[in-house]
Amino acid sequence: MLRLMQTIRRFEERASTDYVAGDIYGTVHCYIGEEAVAVGVCSALNRDDQIISTHRGHGHCIAKGADLNRMMAELYGRETGYCKGKGGSMHIADFDIGMLGANGIVAGGISIITGAGLAAQIEGKGRVAVSFFGDGASCAGPFHESLNIAAAWKLPMVYVCENNLWAVNTAASTTLAVQDVAARAAGYGIPGIVVDGNDIFAVHAATTEAVARARAGDGPTLIECKTYRHRRHTERPSQPDVRPQAEIDAWMKKDPIDRLVDHLQAQQGQLSVEEWQAMDAEILQQVEDSVSFAKASAFPSPDRVTDDVFAA
Amino acid sequence: MTVMTYAEAGMTALAEEMRRDPLVWAVGEDLGRGGVFGQYKGLVEEFGPERISDAPISESAIMGASVGAAMAGTRPVVEMRFADFALCAVDELVNQAAKARYMLGGQTKVPMVIREPMGMWRSSAAQHSQSLESWYTHIPGLVVAVPSTPADNKGLLKAAIRADDPVVYFEHKNLWGMEGEVPDGDLLIPFGRARIEREGRDITIVSWSSQLHTASRASGILEKQDISAEVIDLRTLWPWDRDAVFASVEKTGRLLITHESVSVGGFGAEIAATVSEYLFKALKSPVRRRAAPRIPISYAPLLEDVVRVSEAQIVETVLEMMSS
Ligand SMILES: Cc1ncc(C[n+]2csc(CCOP(=O)(O)OP(=O)(O)O)c2C)c(N)n1
Repeated sequence: MLRLMQTIRRFEERASTDYVAGDIYGTVHCYIGEEAVAVGVCSALNRDDQIISTHRGHGHCIAKGADLNRMMAELYGRETGYCKGKGGSMHIADFDIGMLGANGIVAGGISIITGAGLAAQIEGKGRVAVSFFGDGASCAGPFHESLNIAAAWKLPMVYVCENNLWAVNTAASTTLAVQDVAARAAGYGIPGIVVDGNDIFAVHAATTEAVARARAGDGPTLIECKTYRHRRHTERPSQPDVRPQAEIDAWMKKDPIDRLVDHLQAQQGQLSVEEWQAMDAEILQQVEDSVSFAKASAFPSPDRVTDDVFAA
Repeated sequence: MTVMTYAEAGMTALAEEMRRDPLVWAVGEDLGRGGVFGQYKGLVEEFGPERISDAPISESAIMGASVGAAMAGTRPVVEMRFADFALCAVDELVNQAAKARYMLGGQTKVPMVIREPMGMWRSSAAQHSQSLESWYTHIPGLVVAVPSTPADNKGLLKAAIRADDPVVYFEHKNLWGMEGEVPDGDLLIPFGRARIEREGRDITIVSWSSQLHTASRASGILEKQDISAEVIDLRTLWPWDRDAVFASVEKTGRLLITHESVSVGGFGAEIAATVSEYLFKALKSPVRRRAAPRIPISYAPLLEDVVRVSEAQIVETVLEMMSS
């Protein structure tokens, strides 16, 4: 789990650098600071369980097992990327591992993944479906309509709200009249659970329980993970950030990776300083390799532009 | 006259109208921080958070509540952030706002402006790049504005705010930083009045929004080849200035329409059909369109460029038309 969390972080640090350098286009939203949510949730899932992501999707991809090379190639707009260079950061998907895609439309994924839950129910093979979304997205219609449908039909769903307190530069406290997004679950007659989203063990435990409930046919659960993004909304240098410095500083001290490392190091023999350094070096090398892979890959040829518009 | 950017011109228009009429207000996400593109900068400081209102990410409720607030007597300016996101609120706009006056027998009106930043910009891919202005021209009850210059952005936005009907107002993301001279004070540009960007004799090129500037650059290239193109900026698509286009085509005998949005079912088709219906005899060559192919917009710049209509393509088409 630590390895995956650190992989997300290093991957995004590099993506940010290369974005600012102009090698990556469009917009990059970093997940750094929220790694315990994606990894805690996905480590409680099977490979064939399905997830859907948001505009801030790298963490969910990596946690579900996506290939760094193909991810980086997509950011670099290359034909070897997950979307053949057509999507970019906000649209990475890997259907082979049950990752149904990042999404440029806030809350756009919530109803789609609810449909994957419906399909899982129809197929009856015990698969579950997980929706990741932010506090901001929980104000949009698809959240409310989807929770109601999933609850009414007892769909095998887990809804994971990543409450990082802000939607771009708007504080959740100014747009939600409830303290906890999880409180909204009551309106749909399903369990709503608040967890410390920077505590990987808490996230994992809550998800394990929710997944068991879903697989048993008892319907959806809403899990709200309280967390924080360390960085501005996007990596664009001109992107303003109005969050109070004191708030940022306080959350930096609750870094989910530091916390896990401290925890493991406090337990005799679980993780030595050398082991941690070696792991980080390996991860950095993998990220470096993904950049080399991306750079060695061709840009999509213009005549590919009409591919995939329709079935044939 | 003051030199300002397209974004500043929009801001000036809104600020002036808000000072003039206390029932004008704006709503959208992040407006209190100046809006995503800085087009609301400083307004919350002057007008307060009730009139520069920060909304949750609830496009359908933002749009629907604005329809109600408009019916109830205020004049909302609704910021949809990207034209793409406004699709989350199409029912409220198309089924409700557009039809209310007519369907309810003229008992009510819906004076609101829906600002939808549009267009390709910085490899933003399929869900952040669309130009959907033609869609809304199909809906009875909606006015559609597509300003291409800072002055027009001021004059059309002010007119839109004072209009008693819903106006879908498309600002192009490429144009925010464009500078130009803007008349001070009450500049009101009436809907359906085109602007002649450049006079010419041999061919009429009709365009709007950011693409207008591509057409204008193309006409500069054509001039060096002794082809004199008249470039018309429609400024609003509904109503559109048939008289100006007809007068120009009667003079030049040739018509090319170019737009950034998809060619199929685009507003260029409406113009082409209308001119063919009424001015067939004046035409020296078939009416042509240069607009995007019917392909979602890609992230990779090389693929994105395939759907972008360039000045070279416009020049090429004009040369074909001149030799036919
Ligand atoms: C329908 C829609 N509205 C607005 C946006 C612009 N937007 C992109 S991300 C974002 C904030 C999302 O906040 P939240 O759901 O809390 O996720 P976070 O960014 O905090 O991870 C907004 C408003 C969008 N992409 N789609």
